[in-house]
Amino acid sequence: MSDTTDTGPVLAADGTPLKRSLNRALRQQKMRALMLIAPLLLFVLLSFILPIANMLTRSVNNDIVADTLPLTVVELNVWDSDSGELPGENVYAAFVSDMVVAIEAKRHTRLGTRLNYESTGMSSLFRKSGRKIKNLDPATDGPFKDKLIEISEGWGKVETWREIKTHSVRITNGYFLNAIDMRRTPEGAQAQPEDKRILIKLFGRTLWMSLIITGSCILLAYPVAWILANLPMRTSNMLMILVLLPFWTSLLVRTSAWKVLLQQQGVINEILVWLGLIDDANRLVMINNQTGTIIAMTHILLPFMILPMYSVMQTIQPTYLRAAKSMGATNWTAFWRVYFPQSIPGIGAGSILVFILSIGYYITPEIVGGTKGVFISNRIAYHISSSLNWGLAAALGAILLAVVLLLYWCYDKIVGIDNVKLG
Amino acid sequence: MAALTPISRKPQSFVLPIVAAAGAFVGLFFGTANGSGFVGMMGGAVITAGLAWLYFNVLKTERLAMWISLAVALVLCIYLVGVPGVVLGVAFGLFFWWFSYWLYEGRYRARLLPYLTPGQVLWHYGFRIICGCIFFFLVSPLVPVMWLSFNAQDFFTFTPEMLRFDPEGYSLKHYQDFFTNNEWQRSFKNSLIIAPIATIISVSLGTLAAIGLSQSHVPGRRAIMAILISPMIVPLIISATGMFFFYSDIGNFLEGTLGMGKNLVGYIKVILAHAVLGIPFVIITVTATLVGFDNSLTRAAANMGADPVTTFFRVQMPLILPGVISGGLFAFITSFDEVVVVLFVGSASQKTLPWQMFTGLREQISPTILAVATILVVMSILLLTTVELLRRRSERLRGMSPA
Repeated sequence: MSDTTDTGPVLAADGTPLKRSLNRALRQQKMRALMLIAPLLLFVLLSFILPIANMLTRSVNNDIVADTLPLTVVELNVWDSDSGELPGENVYAAFVSDMVVAIEAKRHTRLGTRLNYESTGMSSLFRKSGRKIKNLDPATDGPFKDKLIEISEGWGKVETWREIKTHSVRITNGYFLNAIDMRRTPEGAQAQPEDKRILIKLFGRTLWMSLIITGSCILLAYPVAWILANLPMRTSNMLMILVLLPFWTSLLVRTSAWKVLLQQQGVINEILVWLGLIDDANRLVMINNQTGTIIAMTHILLPFMILPMYSVMQTIQPTYLRAAKSMGATNWTAFWRVYFPQSIPGIGAGSILVFILSIGYYITPEIVGGTKGVFISNRIAYHISSSLNWGLAAALGAILLAVVLLLYWCYDKIVGIDNVKLG
Repeated sequence: MAALTPISRKPQSFVLPIVAAAGAFVGLFFGTANGSGFVGMMGGAVITAGLAWLYFNVLKTERLAMWISLAVALVLCIYLVGVPGVVLGVAFGLFFWWFSYWLYEGRYRARLLPYLTPGQVLWHYGFRIICGCIFFFLVSPLVPVMWLSFNAQDFFTFTPEMLRFDPEGYSLKHYQDFFTNNEWQRSFKNSLIIAPIATIISVSLGTLAAIGLSQSHVPGRRAIMAILISPMIVPLIISATGMFFFYSDIGNFLEGTLGMGKNLVGYIKVILAHAVLGIPFVIITVTATLVGFDNSLTRAAANMGADPVTTFFRVQMPLILPGVISGGLFAFITSFDEVVVVLFVGSASQKTLPWQMFTGLREQISPTILAVATILVVMSILLLTTVELLRRRSERLRGMSPA
């Protein structure tokens, strides 16, 4: 060995410098790992992340006005909407030629529906005028201004044209403004009239109820997690089954169980009446309101709080408590100053998880929440499937998603996403 | 726990008031149910304390005391409640017999540390009662569901016949309905088609990715992990909305350009959507199993000439199989239990069991739902048992102490 006078780089067996050889090996290892991950990553990106991103673009996308009325939009851009005067004949002529094409393609009612989200009456204006405008020939029948006003008074109002102009942009903040109880007007963003402001309240209620649910989960989960962590292994495994059984049971089964229990002719009310604690006439109303949602969701999400708390408490040495007591701490001081601080990571992990899950809940509020106990998710579902105002649904979804991702990021920072445990 | 603490008899002046208080508490409920809470309270206190006094001073045999307790409680409960009172009678009779002797003989101290103060002993048992109530809250809601599924009436509520344990009040007709009704059977079949295929997709892709993620040098590991776990975190309604738009485009493409059947496309959409939702569970359980995996085993296999594929199937796979299976079960239950996404992505011919239950709960309340619920509970008990056994096996395989 000592006869190597070569002071050059250390060589690997095949003669390449060791450093390069090691680097290559490392690179190969990285590549192999990435190759294993790639199929799944692509799958999730394509079929999960992309659809959500695609949905989010709908919250700002507003092509329909500019696509259906291309000529009118150009003409309206020249018109001064603050003048208080009706737009000139050129706008009306452009509008008629746009509308004839749109009616041919049966797109004018969709445009009417779109504008109806912003000011009621637009949908019927477009539908009714449509039939008559169809008979006009844009090339020969001009001038159109008076004819249109004759067809419907709506075309003689400055507001109608201002509305169309306001919403003619291709990228709009209108849906997001609607989502926070405001609306897009020619003068900029303005608050909705008093009677239309429901969404901010709904967001507030969603957050508030999620907080209550998280709080009651903490209160109920802490003693259970403590006893599971401190009992002998055999007993705690048996009790763990009681926690895992509801966790494994179908969500709909548990929700229907609460429906059976909470309704006015339900088990809880029957027992209370039988015991004589309440009158038959004033049975408790516990379902189709916030109470129902809170009780049912606390029950459903409780395992998600117990499991992280348990895994943290398992690692806390019981000897610490005994040491504290032997040095003269009372039971309470020993718990509060020694045990509790060590269990905070578990509380944090569980709370964030429960909070994230509860603000996006849909099924349980839908079934036991009635009208007073529903969440923002139910509103999103309503806009997707009933009112068909997809842009507003997407905007509401985007706000909810932003809140959830923020919490997810916190969770990742505090707990680490790979520390999630199931069962 | 510590060594056995020597126990001694407690004075009756300590035992009798406690027994009387417990008796009064129970009596209060019987009292209010029958008109007067106060009479019930006094009666309960006098009967339980009197019996306890009799046992301690006159009888002095525990066995005989048990029979007396049972008899008295049974007679009282049947008199006050009727036939269903049998259950209550047995429960209360045994409880008060056990409770009296437990206190009198000082047995409650036997498993506790000898130096605890009375206050600490009280807290010890009080805390266990609180925990018991919470466990009760967790599990008890499932009991009425199972019980009511045998209802002979088409109601969600208990009938007097059911409470009297009259065979007339019970029937299996809701189960019969589930097994003969076309709608339920079709949705059950759909669930059995969709869930397994979705599970296979998420398990095969998920296991590969989990193995990749558990290598020592993965660039951007945290970010990748965050993306892969996100289907569990993103609210289902948002995933469902996104998939609703996206998969309807995909569906149009498959139907229009490739000329696939409408039905087949529907299944493909739902299966893909469910596969994505199951992935986080597979990733989490399999990476957790891989944490304890000894990498020198794969190196040893490679050393002896096995190629990576052989190594994977012959060495790594058998060792991580318990984790993979329990991940698969999680993915399966996720798909089997999923309603929001299928509601948005699927069409009527892909109606799954949860979907059918959901519409049932919202529109016509039919007790068949409860029969289905009971079947699902039994199924989840089976799944839970499997996962638990697998977990123990996995820990044994990895040489950890059996938990």
